[in-house]
Amino acid sequence: MTAPAAPAPAAAPARVTTKPARRPRMRELSGQVGWGIVAWVVGIAFFLPVLWMVLTAFKPESAAETWPPQFVFRPTLAEFRLVFAGWGPFVTHSIIATVVSTLLVLLLGVPAAYALSVRPVKRWRDGLFFFISTKMLPIVAAIGPLYVIALKTHLLDTIWVLIILYTAMNLPLAIWMIRSFMLEVPGELLEAARLDGAGQIREISSVILPVISPGLVSTALICVIFAWNELFLALNLTVTNAATLPMFLISSVPQEGLYIAHLSAAATVASIPVILVGWIAQRSLVRGLSMGAIK
Amino acid sequence: MSSSLVRLRTLAVAGGVATALAVAACSSGGSSSGNNNSTGTVTVAVVSNPLITNQMVPLTQSVFEKQYPGIKVKFATYTEGDLRAAIEKDVSTHSNTFNVIMIGPYEAPLFAKNGWLENLSTQYIAKDPSYDASDLLPPIAKALSYKGSLYAVPFYGESSMVYYRKDLFKAAGLTMPAHPTWTQIQTFAAKLNKPGKVAGVCLRGLAGWGDNMAALDTVVNTFGGEWFNQQWQPQLTSPAFEKATNFYVNLIRKYGESGASNDSFNQLLTLYGQGKCAMWYDATVAATSIATTYPAMAKQTGYAFAPTDLTKSSGWLWTWSLGIPQGVSNRDAAWKFVSWATSKQYDTLVAKKYGWSAVPPGTRTSLYQNPAYQKAASAFAPITLASIDGTDPDHPTLHPVPYVGIQYVDIPQFETLGLQVAQQIAGAIAGSESVSQALKTAQQDASQYSPAELSGG
Amino acid sequence: MAVLETGAASTPQVGIQPRAASRRERWLRRLPLLPALIYVIVVTQIPFLVTLYYSFQNYFWNQPGGATFNGFSNYSTVFTSSAFRGALVRSVIMTASAVIVAMILGVAFAVLLDRKFLGRGVVRTLIITPFLVMPAAAALVWAGPMLDPNFGLVNYLLQPFGVHHVAWLSTFPLLSVIAVMIWQWTPFMTLIVLAGLQGQPPETLEAAKVDGAGALATFRELTLPHLRPYIELGILLGSIYLVNVFDQVRLMTNGGPGTATTNLPFYLYQQVNYAFDVGGAAATGVVTVILTIIVATFALRMFARVFQFEGADA
Repeated sequence: MTAPAAPAPAAAPARVTTKPARRPRMRELSGQVGWGIVAWVVGIAFFLPVLWMVLTAFKPESAAETWPPQFVFRPTLAEFRLVFAGWGPFVTHSIIATVVSTLLVLLLGVPAAYALSVRPVKRWRDGLFFFISTKMLPIVAAIGPLYVIALKTHLLDTIWVLIILYTAMNLPLAIWMIRSFMLEVPGELLEAARLDGAGQIREISSVILPVISPGLVSTALICVIFAWNELFLALNLTVTNAATLPMFLISSVPQEGLYIAHLSAAATVASIPVILVGWIAQRSLVRGLSMGAIK
Repeated sequence: MSSSLVRLRTLAVAGGVATALAVAACSSGGSSSGNNNSTGTVTVAVVSNPLITNQMVPLTQSVFEKQYPGIKVKFATYTEGDLRAAIEKDVSTHSNTFNVIMIGPYEAPLFAKNGWLENLSTQYIAKDPSYDASDLLPPIAKALSYKGSLYAVPFYGESSMVYYRKDLFKAAGLTMPAHPTWTQIQTFAAKLNKPGKVAGVCLRGLAGWGDNMAALDTVVNTFGGEWFNQQWQPQLTSPAFEKATNFYVNLIRKYGESGASNDSFNQLLTLYGQGKCAMWYDATVAATSIATTYPAMAKQTGYAFAPTDLTKSSGWLWTWSLGIPQGVSNRDAAWKFVSWATSKQYDTLVAKKYGWSAVPPGTRTSLYQNPAYQKAASAFAPITLASIDGTDPDHPTLHPVPYVGIQYVDIPQFETLGLQVAQQIAGAIAGSESVSQALKTAQQDASQYSPAELSGG
Repeated sequence: MAVLETGAASTPQVGIQPRAASRRERWLRRLPLLPALIYVIVVTQIPFLVTLYYSFQNYFWNQPGGATFNGFSNYSTVFTSSAFRGALVRSVIMTASAVIVAMILGVAFAVLLDRKFLGRGVVRTLIITPFLVMPAAAALVWAGPMLDPNFGLVNYLLQPFGVHHVAWLSTFPLLSVIAVMIWQWTPFMTLIVLAGLQGQPPETLEAAKVDGAGALATFRELTLPHLRPYIELGILLGSIYLVNVFDQVRLMTNGGPGTATTNLPFYLYQQVNYAFDVGGAAATGVVTVILTIIVATFALRMFARVFQFEGADA
């Protein structure tokens, strides 16, 4: 893939000299339209369950599931009102846990990635493998021990237990991603900085960070997605003082009662922040991934 | 790479050991012991249920906390499976997280035996005659007791019964007797079944000892079967057990709703309310749900006792009740909440705000003697009361058995054994295995425990 | 990867190798790594150690008396348990099929999205949304309003094709769960592959077209090799996350019917939440880690290039 800086100007003139721009022919145009239609069908098909979830959220509980399924109906905000009445502490905890753990991941991950890429330690391969290997223990197996540890360190049902665990959960992937972005930094820039006499810190802050900032955004986005949606640890290690949105969602499934409309409303509300962030940042996400997903 | 990897991993583990020792050294031991106060925060673990989320929680905020300004109540709401796990973790590690726990007659005697619950009779009810524990329905009170004392008090109680569509029965020229037999139910289902439109009878199939097994266990009991004989040997492949299971599974396969292996109370309530079931066998509390969610359907609904075969009655017995973990902090405040939520006054509060037919059923005799309740719930109150009174969890089966529990076996191992068997039954209902295969596997699962384990348990 | 494109391979990947590896230089290099390394060691290895400890204990949460030592008894239970073996096999089946299908779809969708058409940005947004939805929410919505045999949208939409009230979760449980896994992870694969496609230099494509190569041949000979590292990354990351998938199994089928959809995480969950068998779950977890490390070591040999500084074989 092309590195951002130097080769691009070289590529541009090469393009221009091949063929003069011409209007697309009929066959090309209909081919374009054909692919467009296919793409739209795929997009809608993939989005349909989400759309259905949002629609169901506006239905009254007794008519949430009907045959045939209703696309046109009189909407009600009753379920949303209930959701917003109850979600306060949950969304606060979710925001704190997600934001703080993501910041912590970046804070720890950037220097670590640096030490595995630009100025690598001798055994960087082992380091990388170690980080990834921490994701090999299924968290379900360790939940008993985690509960006991959290209990003995007085971290049970505190926001810190989630922050600590989410950071550890996301660090391996973040280090890997940031590392590959760093490897994309053109050697010339680093050489120039070194000749200027820059130390490690200035090298990172004034040369590397600006270049990889889209990559940092996409890394942060991935961390936010995983932390925000995490259910299992929150369910087992928090109760009321640190319960997050996924727990709010699960609690809306009663053991003897109707719940589909309420669940859809809760699910919609719970997913909207991450969906919005994802939509806004998707361009950055693609750019970030294309910058150096592989190295 | 692998040898250096092993070296690195060993280093990491060693580093972990060092830190672990350090942490262990400076952390104090386990939980804080409960200092007892009559004010403070009371954290209540509850199951997700409309009677709780739509009634108990708002009323707690609007009435209880105003009445007792020093007490703050926090609710942690779980699905049934998660609730059990959270509570077991909490009480067995004495982590003091919950001041009040919502449990049923499965947990109450077991926890009491382990010394995990406060003895409510001696600690609190004895000093509070206005609570009137003698008003509690006897089978419910018995199910929550251990050695004569109450260790939990009921919030709502249920048995099981049959709901049927009076209009469909009339159109087909059928009459539902008050105490039907399972054979009669099968005949009715065959006549009323319209594939694709209306199922002859809707039954639970979802894997879970409180889901499909709750219904199947009552069928097994009334067909003369049992889980274990007096020597604690599993009887899951005995003729009676096999006959009952074949009957239940075939009834579903032939005249039941499609996709039954994923259906429990919630799904069946939706099906029945949308008119897709001619009959429905499930919890008595469904009457309240139908009345509140599908009032039009409620008008067409008739009620009959749980179907029998060889026994006189066969309904199950369950109650969601509140208990206080042993030695937890703020016990007195916790009792204030528990007694409030299970009192006669609470019923009146619910009636005032939500109507008499919405009051949590199945706990107190006084509710069923109340003329206002009798009028509002006239269709289903008498049969609910009679169903509960007709149960005897101490003698659930035709032959004597060493365990108590109608739709469960009150031993600690049942939590997992019940689920394993339930999964096999769900497989049979889904058609992915035969009933005899399912029961053979279930019998193997049950045989992994020795009689000593089960009885000593 | 710079290799296949221009002669820019002369810019090797940045890696300032230590010249004279003086002790000070070595420690200066290690310093930035230490905070993350120490943090991860403490937070992951302590629980692992405690898990190891409990794996040798008999510890049930529903029995009084705490933990008592019982040697290797938990481990022998794991190795003789057909339920564990079944869960293991199912995990492999579910992970492999989900990853492979998601990647195939990902490549297809990336190719679609790489072309210009009206509303391309919108379609891309629609396609990535499943990845952003809370997995627990997705599982519950699929289990209910989508796949319900009597009220579900899927049955409704498939009616014109002769599908009649299929009970998806009862009759095709594994397929349903895997389908939802694919639905949620295809966007991830799509994005990774799309990044690769958009990094493909247009000159080589133009050159191929001038040479008269058809679209299919261009794709096969030029694009796919260029995409290979991206595809491998997607497969690797996807496998790591999908092998641990849990919410869908628990919320859609509860591991059933029978044990049809019980994968390893759900099997462990049953041990912890139903049997309250902390010791047994710990032993199962340790065995899983060992197996995963063995598999991962082999897999990483295959994906060795991902770890190399230098580029691919040319």
